[in-house]
Amino acid sequence: MQQVASAPPAHPPTHVEEPSTGLNNRKVLMWAFLGSDCMFFGALIVSYLVYRGRWQGHPVPTDVFDIPYTSVSAFALLMSSLAMVLALAAIQRGDIRRLKIWLLTTAGLGLVFIGGQIFEFTTFGHEGLTLGGNTGGTTFFVLTGFHGAHVSLGIAWLLSLFVQAVRGQMAQARSLDVEIAGLYWHFVDIVWIIIFTVVYLIPI
Amino acid sequence: MATATARAAPRAGILARPVAPMGIWSWLTTIDHKRIGILYELTAFIFFLIGGLEALLMRSQLVQPDNTLLGPGQYNALFTMHGTTMIFLVVMPLSAAFFNYIVPLQIGARDVAFPRLNAFSYWVFLSGGVLMNLGFLIGAVPDMGWFAYSPLTSSQFSPSVGVDFWVVGLQVLGVASLAAAFNFLVTIIQMRAPGLSFMRMPLFTWTTFVTSILIVLAFPVIAVALIELMFDRLFGSTFFNVTPAAAGAAAAGGDPILWQHLFWVFAHPEVYILILPAMGIVSEVVPVFSRKPLFGYPFMVYAVVSIAFLSFTVWAHHMFTTGLSAIAMSFFAASTMLIAVPTGIKIFNWISTLYGGSIALKAPAMFALGFIAMFTIGGLSGVMHASPPVDTQQQDTYFVVAHLHYVLFGGSIFALFAGIYYWWPKITGRLLGDGLGQLQFWLMFIGFNLTFGPMHFLGVDGMPRRVYTYSPGMGWELWNVVATIGAFVIGVSVLVFIFNAFKSLRTGERAGDDPWDGMTLEWTIPSPPPHYNFVEIPTVAGRNPLWLQKHPELAGRHVPGADPIATDTGHSGSEGSGAESHDGHHAVHVPDPSYWPLFAGAGIFVAGFGVLLSAGGNLSLLAVTGVGLFIVIVSIFGWSLEPVNEPVQA
Repeated sequence: MQQVASAPPAHPPTHVEEPSTGLNNRKVLMWAFLGSDCMFFGALIVSYLVYRGRWQGHPVPTDVFDIPYTSVSAFALLMSSLAMVLALAAIQRGDIRRLKIWLLTTAGLGLVFIGGQIFEFTTFGHEGLTLGGNTGGTTFFVLTGFHGAHVSLGIAWLLSLFVQAVRGQMAQARSLDVEIAGLYWHFVDIVWIIIFTVVYLIPI
Repeated sequence: MATATARAAPRAGILARPVAPMGIWSWLTTIDHKRIGILYELTAFIFFLIGGLEALLMRSQLVQPDNTLLGPGQYNALFTMHGTTMIFLVVMPLSAAFFNYIVPLQIGARDVAFPRLNAFSYWVFLSGGVLMNLGFLIGAVPDMGWFAYSPLTSSQFSPSVGVDFWVVGLQVLGVASLAAAFNFLVTIIQMRAPGLSFMRMPLFTWTTFVTSILIVLAFPVIAVALIELMFDRLFGSTFFNVTPAAAGAAAAGGDPILWQHLFWVFAHPEVYILILPAMGIVSEVVPVFSRKPLFGYPFMVYAVVSIAFLSFTVWAHHMFTTGLSAIAMSFFAASTMLIAVPTGIKIFNWISTLYGGSIALKAPAMFALGFIAMFTIGGLSGVMHASPPVDTQQQDTYFVVAHLHYVLFGGSIFALFAGIYYWWPKITGRLLGDGLGQLQFWLMFIGFNLTFGPMHFLGVDGMPRRVYTYSPGMGWELWNVVATIGAFVIGVSVLVFIFNAFKSLRTGERAGDDPWDGMTLEWTIPSPPPHYNFVEIPTVAGRNPLWLQKHPELAGRHVPGADPIATDTGHSGSEGSGAESHDGHHAVHVPDPSYWPLFAGAGIFVAGFGVLLSAGGNLSLLAVTGVGLFIVIVSIFGWSLEPVNEPVQA
């Protein structure tokens, strides 16, 4: 852990003057990005809702949904948010060992979700719900697929933080890096709560 | 940005730092906001010439009935590319050029918040512009209109890959716009000089801020629409497809109107993305050249914000002829008329600023005044379209063409030229010739009104837009001849500008720091500004800080005892870590150049190119996209491992 001794200061030397608001630039950037991503998912969800119940032919999404199965993977994703919070709390205390544990747990629960989604897509495909079959398949696969892509990106991000922690490059002073990754991760979770409710749970 | 682990100097990251101070590599790897601004300006101006040539070809075709200069297919391609080019490759990047060059200077910053992201935005913009225009090389030019209405864009009705060039090009341009908007949003929130509160910010900075918010919220919607269209065309999904993909299959059930909703939810805010920066420029130029502070500054700010808010509530006024319900039409008619209120506030405030001022009719002021007059005409015809019955009558006629050119050319382009004449001396250190500027203004003003004024009459007479020719005897001959003559007069005015620009660069009068007796911070530093902009970060005590200092009587109210632009030595440099150098000057730390933004932009180009290759039907060519994305990922890793600044050796 000799690298920790030479850990960078909380504010790395950059050309940046003291920020006008006292917030960190990267954190503001992440909030702006999440605002933008709201509109991204908003447009995808609206595309689904526009056709909901007006699907032609069978199967349509509601024919093939397995709500208990998807509830389990949704639960895994929700629990990953808890692990993410614990990872952030760990690095803010300077507890790098627990940081590693909770980062890995978060990414692992994310992988459970992604694995569940791959299995679900495959099963739906076998049951006849396809991307080009009807507007139900089209809007369902593209909406949930892009959410899955967001989760996958988050997993890669968490794992890169984990690798840095293993290599001794994480220190208390870098808690902001974990916090920003956490903002993204929680956002992706919240989006899933909306998708799960709107797409799966609310009956037509 | 960078992970900023302390590493051994001088080499941090994967590649050695580019170090050339001059020459081509210094421009390719620059992350200086001023150089990036110049790159935007030059690139956008080249696209302006291309888009202008497209317009001249169309006007030449329409000069007489039954003309055969262009065929219908060529004409479709030209109006599609003219609209797309002028919106996404000219007005937006010209505005972005000023965001880049001017905003950090106006807020007293040494660069933007994320300099490498800024360079990335430019390279991605260039990639998108090239991808969009690549179709010309293989004869597959997008030809479905800049709005790309479904179902015309489906594989069935547009089998040519031209549509794919448009989809991919616009998607890439969206990435560039979003990256830039995030950057300016954070820059303006975070990097204002001490004392520069929001209600002291210059209006151009305000409009940049609000425009960035609009981009952040509007561009994801077009991204989704383009993704859906791409999936329909490449992977057989049915977002917008009405007819079945394969013979015998069930009807796909897609609804083409969904495209219109998604497109206009994006494209109406886009209209304000095009006009708000122009309004910001005019709000800078008018006070300086009438030697009065901007009238009603808070109302100007609130007007900008309410225009931005309302711009998300009016999109369906583009769709009054699609069979909306009466309630929906009433709502969108009312919200559209409502948006005229803040717009009117702005116009009256500019006029009130002029009233009683000692007006200097230099070239920037002429273009700004031209903007106010022309934009008012365009705004009035816009209010006419807010009424569904009137709009139904005018839909798809030349009246709409006249309206949109009065706001986008008479509005945006005139204001952008006002900005070019106003800030050129700051950027180059030399003034543009005022005589040639006046000549350009009058040629452009007369040419513009000759071109687009008669289109009001043509539209009311029923001449349809987007049709490559017309029959004799419709009563449209005279005004089409006038419009074509006007278009070529505009072309001459642009040549005058190019001549003026080259003349200024060679022999132009030296500008000095403050040629216009300006009121904002960019005029406190040398022209052209040094690499680091400000030796010491200024502290701002009020609006129009430079006037507060020079002419307290002009600046409205004087703050007794306060130095309007103090330089806060205790503040500056402390965070910048440059600290004091040995000779007593501040060793200002500005970000070092980097290869990674260029490489990431190139990766995005390759990825987009891969989608185009596979658009012919061979999806295995998507592997090229994979290669492009791999380049992007490697670049992002190299980027994040490279600190913004090389560690300073002790």
